[in-house]
Amino acid sequence: MEFAELIKTAKVENVQLSCPGLPPIKGTLCITSHHLLLSSQPGGNGEPGTVELWLLIRNVDAVEKRVASSLGTITLKCKDLKVLQLEIPGMEECLNIASSTEALSSVDSVMMMYPFFYRPQSMKLKDGWQLYPLQHYYQQIASETGAWRLSCVNGDFTICSSYPPAVIVPAAVDDNVLKKAARFRQGGRFPVLSYYHKKNGTVMLRSSQPLIGPNRKRCQEDELLLSAVLDGGERGFVIDTRSAQAAKQARMMGGGTEPKSSYPRWKRLHRPLERGRPLQESFIKLVEACNDTSLSVDRWLSKLESSKWLAHVKGALSTACLAAQCMEREEACVLVHGAEGTDTTLLVTALAQVILDPDCRTLAGFQGLLEREWIEAGHPFHFRYAHSAYSHARLKQEAPIFLLFLDCVWQLGRQFPFSLQFSERLLLMLFEHTYASCYGTFLCNSEKERCLCEVKEKTHSLWSWLNQPSEWKKHLNPLYTYNALVIWPSVEPQSLQLWQGLFLRWIRSSQYLDEAWAEVQRLVTSHEDAPEESAGHTRCHSQPDAAYPLTITGTANEG
Amino acid sequence: MEHIRTTKVEQVKLIDRFSTSNKSLTGTLYLTATHLLFIDSSQKETWILHHHIAAVEKLALTTSGCPLVIQCKNFRIVHFIVPRERDCHDIYNSLLQLSKPASYDELYAFSYNPKQNESKRLQGWQLIDLAEEYKRMGVPNSNWQLSDANRDYEICESYPRELYVPRTASKPVIVGSSKFRSKGRFPVLSYYHRDKEAAICRCSQPLSGFSARCLEDENMLHAISIANPAHHYMYVMDTRPKLNAMANRAAGKGYENEDNYANIRFQFVGIENIHVMRSSLQKLLEVSGTKALSVNSFLSGLENSGWLRHIKAVLDAAIFLAKAIAVENATVLVHCSDGWDRTSQVCSLGSLLLDSYYRTIKGFMVLIEKDWISFGHKFSDRCGQLDGDSKEISPVFTQFLEGVWHLTEQFPQAFEYNEAFLLQIHEHIHSCQFGNFLGNCQKEREELKLKEKTYSLWPFLLDEQKKYLNPLYNQDFSQKLVLLEPNTVSFNFKFWRNMYHQFDRTMHPRQSVFNLIMTMSEQNKQLEKDFKELEAKMKQRNRQPEELLTKEPVQSVHPASPALKTSPCFKKEQPLLPMNDSIRTIEGSNTADNRYREYMEELSKAEPAVVSLECGVARMTC
Repeated sequence: MEFAELIKTAKVENVQLSCPGLPPIKGTLCITSHHLLLSSQPGGNGEPGTVELWLLIRNVDAVEKRVASSLGTITLKCKDLKVLQLEIPGMEECLNIASSTEALSSVDSVMMMYPFFYRPQSMKLKDGWQLYPLQHYYQQIASETGAWRLSCVNGDFTICSSYPPAVIVPAAVDDNVLKKAARFRQGGRFPVLSYYHKKNGTVMLRSSQPLIGPNRKRCQEDELLLSAVLDGGERGFVIDTRSAQAAKQARMMGGGTEPKSSYPRWKRLHRPLERGRPLQESFIKLVEACNDTSLSVDRWLSKLESSKWLAHVKGALSTACLAAQCMEREEACVLVHGAEGTDTTLLVTALAQVILDPDCRTLAGFQGLLEREWIEAGHPFHFRYAHSAYSHARLKQEAPIFLLFLDCVWQLGRQFPFSLQFSERLLLMLFEHTYASCYGTFLCNSEKERCLCEVKEKTHSLWSWLNQPSEWKKHLNPLYTYNALVIWPSVEPQSLQLWQGLFLRWIRSSQYLDEAWAEVQRLVTSHEDAPEESAGHTRCHSQPDAAYPLTITGTANEG
Repeated sequence: MEHIRTTKVEQVKLIDRFSTSNKSLTGTLYLTATHLLFIDSSQKETWILHHHIAAVEKLALTTSGCPLVIQCKNFRIVHFIVPRERDCHDIYNSLLQLSKPASYDELYAFSYNPKQNESKRLQGWQLIDLAEEYKRMGVPNSNWQLSDANRDYEICESYPRELYVPRTASKPVIVGSSKFRSKGRFPVLSYYHRDKEAAICRCSQPLSGFSARCLEDENMLHAISIANPAHHYMYVMDTRPKLNAMANRAAGKGYENEDNYANIRFQFVGIENIHVMRSSLQKLLEVSGTKALSVNSFLSGLENSGWLRHIKAVLDAAIFLAKAIAVENATVLVHCSDGWDRTSQVCSLGSLLLDSYYRTIKGFMVLIEKDWISFGHKFSDRCGQLDGDSKEISPVFTQFLEGVWHLTEQFPQAFEYNEAFLLQIHEHIHSCQFGNFLGNCQKEREELKLKEKTYSLWPFLLDEQKKYLNPLYNQDFSQKLVLLEPNTVSFNFKFWRNMYHQFDRTMHPRQSVFNLIMTMSEQNKQLEKDFKELEAKMKQRNRQPEELLTKEPVQSVHPASPALKTSPCFKKEQPLLPMNDSIRTIEGSNTADNRYREYMEELSKAEPAVVSLECGVARMTC
């Protein structure tokens, strides 16, 4: 396929761009294989009028067109939730631009996506892809205990297509047992180590559901693998992210959950978390409610409620806290799984680590966590984030699980404003890049697919961009101080808030809030230069930085 | 003291309000003449002023004792279990009496003694001077003058003695108009906008019934209208819903007929009455006090209470008022029924939007003195300070404070004061500890001799104003922004957790940015001061280091001299807010806490697979 075939009109003059919160801009619109560009006409008083729209077409979620006589209006609803309007003179031009944008934004082939074409001069390919290898993480554990080993049983992805080549398993269990246990778990996702809690040596494992089926099948190797995790008389907890009934029903389809009779030392807890279609619908409803600024207070509250988004936030946080408490307070090992073990499972294991482990709350540690618990762990990014909240396309496997995770992390940041080294800006950036990015980090559904597509050879890593000193600084939280404690959040409804910075980002002006935040940063940084004794803390230095200017050029155009 | 039968009960349990398994602290309960005091085994004290008690309830006897639930007007709810029923009964009866004083002289303000000398006490009462405030606004002037018509409260008992009226309004017009207005509350000046020469005036509803007219009242409005040289029309805002206003006509009251008054633009704004507001707050508190509340029941409860809708209605009205003045240069006359509830809300919030002075600590005190205290908002009745008609109680002033809080949320740099200031004022409208909010009007306050017998709250707040300063306040911002134009889109209306869950600390963020910034700016100021002192000392001694100081650019907050590094002032980190335990403590992350055990017990139960995570995780951690 050639992109050129999809572009019928490449350039239109006198197009007017409007975007809430900014004055309209008139200029020349160009469409390229991956971008929509608008360069403004030079200003009257000799200004070089180059206010630009540089929109990654992949970011377009829905294209709506309206034609009246010779003037066409295209509304571009983006995956990052902003809405742009283009007024295009000429009916044919308008229809062409609309259909090209639609076609280009729905190219589904991974290797045709922009990251494979993006070649910034300042960065080298292959940088940033080996920053957080599992081996490093394993070595930390190995230095503390000999109970775990790195297994390459999945080296060629034949045991589990969604697992990375290397996984951490109990040292006492050999690869043959793993192979057999994998056959007893959906998608081959046998229990592997997700997190080692240094403080007391407990661990969190994750897997997919066991294939118990209607005939109550058992698998000795799977039982052996799980009991190898527990010492002597220890007990463990299985946190199933489905309701007890749903787990039981899953048996009819060949799945199920660990029965007490076969796993006597594991106690099962059910915490149903929403995923898949209902979660996507929740997201769509919430965005719809946020966009309707004419709602009365009562209607707004009722729509906010019926979207159920905050209930999902509460559910995810409470379940992650439960897992964290089992480890931290009960000093017990935990196994987390739902059905496939690629969505709510990862939500819980990743969140629990942010709550428990101060290392995961640093900017570098958080990147490592995302690599380990989301990307390498086989969260199907390609399927889940093909469309966002505006799309009219028939939804397939879309669901904003990762966004829910980011929201929960944001809630933690609100309740513990000094405990995360990164700022809200990082979370917003990650949200944008999961849906449309010039980097390869969130491409594909698994490590296997990334290998096949040669993602690590042919695209740049988001982390190597983020880790450049200038970008690094921008994503820091100026209030951060290292906090070794576990951060237990309140999950009362009164303590949870709508993430305005994300859901209302393009809807309400945040000028005064941004100015206030800049002032906070100014106060903190000026205070920072005072002698250390005065603060009694070490803090990372960062420059004042106006929070999130409402800009239409966005982050998708570093190039 | 005759109400107190038992002064001390031991082995009383204080139950965690939101715990589903009734986790508790054990301690001793003391009953004093003014307070109920609970001291737990770790010597932590909980003080409850009798005047703050809104309701006491004795629940059915349980195996562990007799439960006593106390609801406070500052939204604290405490739940005790008293081991012996007789003690519980005694305390219950005492509190019932003590929380409902029958007469003013029983109120705390008359016994409160901060050990201040008499002249200082009197000075305190002179801190806020309304004549001074009208002067600041620019009255009297060629259009407005001080009227002596109410000098001895002869035409309106609930108004102050000093009233400003248009120069062209003669005494007979004033008297005539007052006779045509409910409770004699005729139109008077509330705020004068110097730049626009436009005014906010306030009054009560006219006694117009279905057809009555009053020439003097019509003249009065005309006089107000022409006192604004720029404009030929004025707005009359009836802050009630149209239906309510129409119903009043049947009782011989009502609203202005546009045909009878020259050049008025009449407008209803639809704020509900005190009874609707009271039951709305009741519903809100029922929802927020529910144990193990789900997100969905919280949101639907919030919606059903209508509380945020009412807050929005009040703010919308204030914005309408402020815009009429700032944008159209038009004078506005505001009324409701009696002109002391909704009218006070709208006039004061409107002034706050228009004039940055009211966004300072002193200015806010003046605003409350003017639009609420002097114009006869019935604090005593609305706050239920004395045992009386419970239908008179209504959270009208609370709504005003919440409106202000919503503005501070949208304009974090426009206010000199912070949330703690609003909460503290709310505390004291109910505490009856100071004289300011006692009584229902100025006349009553004079009769009570409050200025002779009690203390004024304002100097005390001013003394500790460090606690109430907004570290982000930007005076330039405040001046350049002539009119605050808040966005009243629905999603900007939020549940005010720090008001309604002020005492439920587990729901609050565990680290406070605000406290940190406060401490930092405080330290910066201290550094600056020390630096100047040192600099002065060095100059005095005329020694070398002077050179060193001038070489480096002296930035106020960047101490440049190495000598400063060892200054002892860096080491002190005094907490600024009462709740600020220490600067970056993480509340609720103490490992040696007892809530967790409760969770463990649950977790260790034998029943299969169902472990309820105690309603909030926080429960287990604090």
